[in-house]
Amino acid sequence: MIKKKECVAMLLAGGQGSRLYLLTQHVAKPAVSFGSKYRIIDFTLSNCINSGIDTVGVLTQYQPLALNEYIGNGQPWDLDRTFGGVMVLPPYQGQKRADWYKGTANAIYQNLHFLDKYDPDYVVVLSGDHIYKMDYSAMVDFHKRVGAACTIAVIDVPIEEASRFGIMNTDDDYRIYEFEEKPKQPKSTKASMGVYVFSKDKLYDYLIADEADETSEKDFGKNVIPAMLRGGEKLYAYPFKGYWKDVGTIDSLWEANMDLLGDRPALNLNNPSWRIFSRHASPPPHFLGNGAEVENSLITGGCEIYGTVVNSVLSVGVKVAKGAVVRDSIIMRDCVISENASVEYSVMDSDTVVGVNARVGEAKKWGHGIALIGSGLNIKAGTVIPGGVRADEAYLTELEEGRV
Amino acid sequence: MAGVVGIIFSNIHDQNVSELTRKRTMASIPFGCRYRLIDFTLSNLVNSGITHVGVVTHYNYQSLMDHIGTGKDWDLARRNGGIKILPPYITAFEGSQTGLYNTRLEAVKSMISFISGCTEEYVILSDCDVICNIDLSEMINEHIATNADITVAVKRMYLTPAVKNMEVVESDPDGRITDISECGGIVSGYRDVNLNIMVLRRKYLENIVMDASAHGYTSFTKDVMVRNLANCDFRIFRYDSYFATINSLTDYYMCSMDLLSSSARDSLFNVKNRPVYTKIRNSGPTVYEEGSKVKNSLIADGCVIYGTVENSILFRGVRVGKNTVVRNSILMQDTLVGENVDLNCVITDKDVVIRDGRTLSGHETKPFFIDKQTVV
Repeated sequence: MIKKKECVAMLLAGGQGSRLYLLTQHVAKPAVSFGSKYRIIDFTLSNCINSGIDTVGVLTQYQPLALNEYIGNGQPWDLDRTFGGVMVLPPYQGQKRADWYKGTANAIYQNLHFLDKYDPDYVVVLSGDHIYKMDYSAMVDFHKRVGAACTIAVIDVPIEEASRFGIMNTDDDYRIYEFEEKPKQPKSTKASMGVYVFSKDKLYDYLIADEADETSEKDFGKNVIPAMLRGGEKLYAYPFKGYWKDVGTIDSLWEANMDLLGDRPALNLNNPSWRIFSRHASPPPHFLGNGAEVENSLITGGCEIYGTVVNSVLSVGVKVAKGAVVRDSIIMRDCVISENASVEYSVMDSDTVVGVNARVGEAKKWGHGIALIGSGLNIKAGTVIPGGVRADEAYLTELEEGRV
Repeated sequence: MAGVVGIIFSNIHDQNVSELTRKRTMASIPFGCRYRLIDFTLSNLVNSGITHVGVVTHYNYQSLMDHIGTGKDWDLARRNGGIKILPPYITAFEGSQTGLYNTRLEAVKSMISFISGCTEEYVILSDCDVICNIDLSEMINEHIATNADITVAVKRMYLTPAVKNMEVVESDPDGRITDISECGGIVSGYRDVNLNIMVLRRKYLENIVMDASAHGYTSFTKDVMVRNLANCDFRIFRYDSYFATINSLTDYYMCSMDLLSSSARDSLFNVKNRPVYTKIRNSGPTVYEEGSKVKNSLIADGCVIYGTVENSILFRGVRVGKNTVVRNSILMQDTLVGENVDLNCVITDKDVVIRDGRTLSGHETKPFFIDKQTVV
């Protein structure tokens, strides 16, 4: 082979993200809107290109249409290349068999021939549902330096939260001697970020062995990593310092959005040396009218604000009419908040219209939780939607008929 | 629109806004928060299905080339057609015909090889300072249907003797042009103003240029059109939505402030299926901090605002510090305004820094302009 790539990234983007409920009804989790003008997958894709990795396979399975369309030829991320670039890899029908991706390891296994084409020395396995900025090339350097078979990025988490993560127990030099998935009594605070670097040959060996094992769930965390530890391979933890968030639930998605606000945001989107790229449809600049009162919020192109927006993140093309109030909320693309309506402590999916005088959600202090509002809804004038509910078409009908 | 090639003149009227064109072309003057003037013409072409565009440059075109890049932000990075920058063609040999062109006709002449190399049947010629959202395919279809020699886009506007640098087009009820004149010296009233967008057959354009060259003509309207009004079929195409053209810094200021009215924005930016494209910068969303007060302002992405902003236009990456008041001003890309600053009727060019505590003011009729990269 004349050309090869030192490093190829495989991005697992097939997850349903069922704990995001209405938000992932029609799109896969990586395609969910985030941070005003991004989708969740933008962070991982931007990390790849900013780290100098220009060959990325995106493994899709659940609701791939929006994601396929969004990634397209990869042009927004500079991933349109003559050799390499971004490629969407859905499950396919082979000569002998046709299978869905049965697990994270199986998804990569089914695409080994894709990796063959680039003959990489290292394979970076990523998941498309985390928000963070990370230089993978530094991690690959670490992997080379310690001569590992596999390196797993870890982040320090508070010990009381450690039981929610996959925890790495390591020696002082970060060599992993034990891996525990969601341990009840965690021995360390090094949580796996779902970012792996494999030496190609080792990856191939263990994936092929794992595939042959019928008892295996074909999962990296549950099967492949433990098998590698049993096999005496050198596994290292790569400590990452910085912002990292799993946005698997509505609460964590809300929090991660809020982390973008403030004087010194936990995650800074305006750093010209590590830009987050995204595909967008050339919206005009946003306009704040005479009655507008906007504080501690993120606003982007196409928005027209005549009302009050406080502690909120608004996506492209959101309209907030006179007298309307949006507080502590995430409003996604092209939603309309009509005159004197209010939206409190809510996450609202795209294209929903809130009618005049309607009340959506309840103030955060009442403790009823986040109101999750589906996409494309028409919330009639004067409707009152309480906090903590998940409102879709059916819910609105029930609400109207007084059955809630 | 297969069969139409677009040609844009990027330096036409540069001298009108010398403050803004000292280091750039008219085409690359920043306008409306995130655009350059050429974006409107380019978007009009692209939205009308014209995917082969030549941009005629003259001088100072570095910023324009930087802006256009490969043309992919307008979908004009094509194997077939796409965008081409046509820089001035000067040979190194002594005695050969050199010198830069000054008029549109001379510019066309200098790039005649590009025009003859095209395969399209029609050419659309447009200036770069035409701020409008026009459906050119409609104009081209009308041109083909009437079988005119040249079709010129016009808009009916109220002119006063104070208006400068515009051409008035007179036509008969059929739309055939009967006269073209400079607007100076007319009495106030509604007139058809030349938008400087015209459609004609490519071969016809080649003939005009050859003929003009033989006769030493220099002006497209005065020499080519006015001389031939009687024996050629020149027609108008009426456009009646938003249109602005910039003839002075005050004009620039007024046209920019126009965008604070929703009707202007709707007819320029929010036309269905006809978005205005520009170079994508991937700035983050704009951050409104605790205590910010922003009213009646048009704001691009990537800004960080702590202070008060009223009736203003903020380009990408502008920062407004605490206790600062910005009123009736235009702050271009990456302007940094410190704390306790007071600005009124100020235009800052790119990368201007205004230090803490400064007070600057111009007047609507004479905005105070601060040059690129100045530190005040």
